[in-house]
This record gives sequence, structure tokens and C-alpha cells, in this order.
Amino acid sequence: MDLNQRFEAYIASDQKIEAKDWMPDAYRKTLIRQISQHAHSEIIGMQPEGNWITRAPSLKRKSILLAKVQDEAGHGLYLYSAAETLGISRDEMFDALHTGKAKYSSIFNYPTLTWADMGAIGWLVDGAAIMNQVPLCKCSYGPYARAMVRVCKEESFHQRQGFQIMLNLSNGTPEQKEMAQDALNRWWWPSLMMFGPNDASSKHSEQSMRWKIKRFSNDELRQRFVDMTVPQAELLGLTVPDLDLKWNEATGHYDFGPIDWSEFEQVVAGNGPCNRERIEARVAAHENGAWVRDAAAAYAEKSAKRASSQTSAA
Amino acid sequence: MADQQHEWILRLGDDALVLAQRLSEWCSHGPALEEDIALSNIALDLLGQARALLTLAGQRESQGRDEDALAYFRTDREFCNALLVELPNGHFGDTIVRQMLFDQFAVLRYEALASQAVDLELAAIAAKALKEVRYHAAHSAQWVVRLGDGTEESHRRVQKSLNVLWQYTAELFEDDAVSKACDEAGVQPLNGSFTARWTEQVRAILDEATLTCPESTALLTGGRSGRHTEHLSYMLAEMQVLQRTYPGAEW
Repeated sequence: MDLNQRFEAYIASDQKIEAKDWMPDAYRKTLIRQISQHAHSEIIGMQPEGNWITRAPSLKRKSILLAKVQDEAGHGLYLYSAAETLGISRDEMFDALHTGKAKYSSIFNYPTLTWADMGAIGWLVDGAAIMNQVPLCKCSYGPYARAMVRVCKEESFHQRQGFQIMLNLSNGTPEQKEMAQDALNRWWWPSLMMFGPNDASSKHSEQSMRWKIKRFSNDELRQRFVDMTVPQAELLGLTVPDLDLKWNEATGHYDFGPIDWSEFEQVVAGNGPCNRERIEARVAAHENGAWVRDAAAAYAEKSAKRASSQTSAA
Repeated sequence: MADQQHEWILRLGDDALVLAQRLSEWCSHGPALEEDIALSNIALDLLGQARALLTLAGQRESQGRDEDALAYFRTDREFCNALLVELPNGHFGDTIVRQMLFDQFAVLRYEALASQAVDLELAAIAAKALKEVRYHAAHSAQWVVRLGDGTEESHRRVQKSLNVLWQYTAELFEDDAVSKACDEAGVQPLNGSFTARWTEQVRAILDEATLTCPESTALLTGGRSGRHTEHLSYMLAEMQVLQRTYPGAEW
């Protein structure tokens, strides 16, 4: 049995691959692409929600939102670390993000226009993310799987917080209820797009399923999300913006209307409402911080020299 | 005394709230992910302190105002934070020097408040806050040293931050009828009594950072009596927008 066959057999028996294990280049590349994309999504995802921290409508809400966005920075940190175990540096990944070579979740290229968007993002976007991410806790690559266990715990907390915001708005004044409906209208379809293209046109899926990086198809996860979310919208007294949406007795699932993939492709191609702003803000933070990182490195070097000269003097 | 003690707690709460609001502006703009997380953490601690203090101030005032009424429905002329904490973030060095100058003061103030037995509710808040601000003080002091003794550029930048921000430090140690009443009641010694220790500790940090301690020149003040910089009104306009636009709504 050659290395590759042994690897495939190992995966087939549901064992975890660890950083120092042999792995095919393509497996490594796929993971680097996926994990770094995920890390970038967490980091870019801080911006649309960060947009409302200073305007949060109560001190309690401010504190919950700030803690949430901070969690996302933490997710970014451990996902970058998981990717680093595959032999890529954080700087290389940042560079790929900043130059547009690496992608991040398109959902974060939509603007957050009202406070209700903080609810809708938590409820829908984090809800969709959880659908995608829970299976990753069982992914074949150990460091990624373990990072995802922690990410998922926090995400499910965020999802409940988002729903709570929506619930308060839906039970609030007519203006607040309208705000909630408007947010649902704007975030519903982009959330469904988060699961990626239909199975028939998904280019990375098949191999990833075989390698157990991915465990369910895009369409399966999307359907689960719709089935879970529609009753929640009903509970909120809000209307899902899809005239074709209806319960199907025969299949035991909700049928829903066609997704406008041309919009998805436009946003992925960089032409969404906020693509430019998101990357510009990210690059600005990185560039404005360069002198700080340089200073920290210079100080660490000086300190190390002082420590070693003290040791040699002693 | 009751009035003055309520005013006193409000000052503590406003210092924490306004600085938390400023630090939260850093979220997603930090110089490194680790520092983004650290600044958000400090902001969250300060926000927690502000909520406890404003709640207590509201209870003592007995006019039915809770933390949000105090945070969202006062004008800048009614805020009584020190000017230092409302200044714009500037670059990371400006933020860190401001933080160090404030943290060193906050530790001394909370040590005193945590160890008195006249106002036990305030002592309990102070005891929790003290643990937090000690961490903040260690964090900001380390960064001042790194930046001061880092590169030529970082040294030049933070020396300038220090020269500008220094003018706002004397206000922290001013005393008036409110602080004198607190001293007499045994809640907290006069602000002026902290000057020597603060100066000693700050100088030690600046020495290690190879920075020059500015000579006291123009010393700016007014925050405790509601005369603020031009910056505070903008900050509050942003912070209060939803509560002011939809009065009476629950969020």
C-alpha cells in the first residue's frame, strides 16, 4: 500500500489526520484554502457588526455586541493557528486576503443599515454558519475539528442572542417591527447563498466529501436551514420574503423559490455593496498597525539581547 | 452628603463609560488581532464597571433613572467624566498612553474605594473593578515601554502622544466640594492625595520606556463640572442616536 492509499484508508476508518502526519498536497491545499477562508470571514465579519457597537441602543446590548465581535476575533485567531499547522504563516494569509487572492464569506459584503441587522445577522447568518460548521467538528483534520468545537459553542450562543434581538423588535413598537421585517427581507436570500452553489455546480464538493472535510452537501444543509428557520420567523410574526415558500407534506420539508445566483456571482466577483470598503478597512488597520508591530518586534529583540548579555555576564 | 456621593459615583461611572465607548471604536481596527481582542476586553470591563456604577448612582439619586437613562438621556454638559477619557483615540500610541495615564490613576482610586467600609455597595463594585484595572494597568504599561523603547518611529510617536495627553492629567487630581465631602465621609481620600504615588509610578514606566516626562505646562480641566472638549458632544450624539430617535422603545 503506498502513502496515498494508506491515507485514504485512514480517513475511511474515521481517524483524525494530525499536523505531522503525511497528507497529499491537494488535501493540504484544500484545507489551507478552506480554513484560511473561514478565518478571513471571521475577521471581515467583525466589520458589519462592529459598525453598530458605538450606537447600540442600551448598555446591555452594547456589551453583548462587543463581546460577540470580540469572539469573532478570537475565532479568527484560532482558525489562523489551525491553518498555520499546515505550513502557512498568518502574514501569508493576510497578504492573500489583502490582495484579493483569498476569499471570505460574501455575506459580509452587505451593509448593516439598522440595529435590526444585528438581530438578523445573529439569527440568520450565524444560524447558517452553524449549519455549515457543526459537521466540521467531525472533519478529518484534527486541529481544524478541535478549533471548530469551540467556534460552534460560541456561535450557537450568538445565534440565540440574535434571535433575542429580533424577538424584542418584533414585540416592540410598530417602527421596531418594521425594522425587523426590513432586516429579514434584506438578509434572507444572502443567508441562503451562504451554503454555496447548488450541488450540481459546486466545484470543490465531491473531493472534500471523500476526504471527510465536508460531510453534507450544500443543498442538504441549505434545506435544513430553511426547515429550521421558517418556523422561527413565524414565531416572530415576520414574513419570509419568498412567495414560493410552502410546506411540502410529501417530502416533509419546505419548498422554496429559486436563488438569484447572478447576485451571488456579482458579490463573489467583488461587486457587492461593501466589498471595497471591507477590504480597504482591513488593509488600513493592517497598515496603520505596522509601526506598532515593528516596535513590538524591535523591543522583543532588544530585551532578548539584554537578557542574553546578562546571562553571559553572570 | 447624599447628593454629593451620588455625584461622586456618577463621575466614576462616566469615566468608565466614556473610555469604554472610545476603546470600543477600536474593534476590528487594531494593529494585530491579539490587540484587537485586548482592547475590546478592556472596553468590556470598563463598560461593566460603568453599568454597575451608573445603576448605583441612579438608585442613590432616587429619581427613577437606571443605567440607560443616565447614559442615553444626559447631554454633554451633564456628563462629569475627566477630559482625558473623552479625547479621540488617535493612533494606537495615543490610545495606549491615554490608557496608561488613566489606568495608573484608576488603580489608586479603586484601591481606596475597595478598602473603605462606609459605602459597602461602592466598595463591592470597586473590589471587582480593581482586579480588572490592575490587568489594564499592566497591559498599558507594557505597551508604553514597548513603544517607547521600540523603534525610533515608535519612540517619536509616543513621546508626542505623551506631551499632548499630559496636559489632561492634572484634572484627575483636582478636588472640589464633591470630593471633599467624600473624603470627610470616609469614602475616598482627596484626589490630590494620589498625586505623589501616581507620579512616581508613571515616571517609573516612562523611565523604562526611555520617554521624557513632560514639564507641566497648560493644564486643561473642566470635565467634572460639565465643561468638556468639543469631542464629547459628537461621541454622545453617536452613542445616543437610537434611544433619542425612538424614545420609549425597549431594545
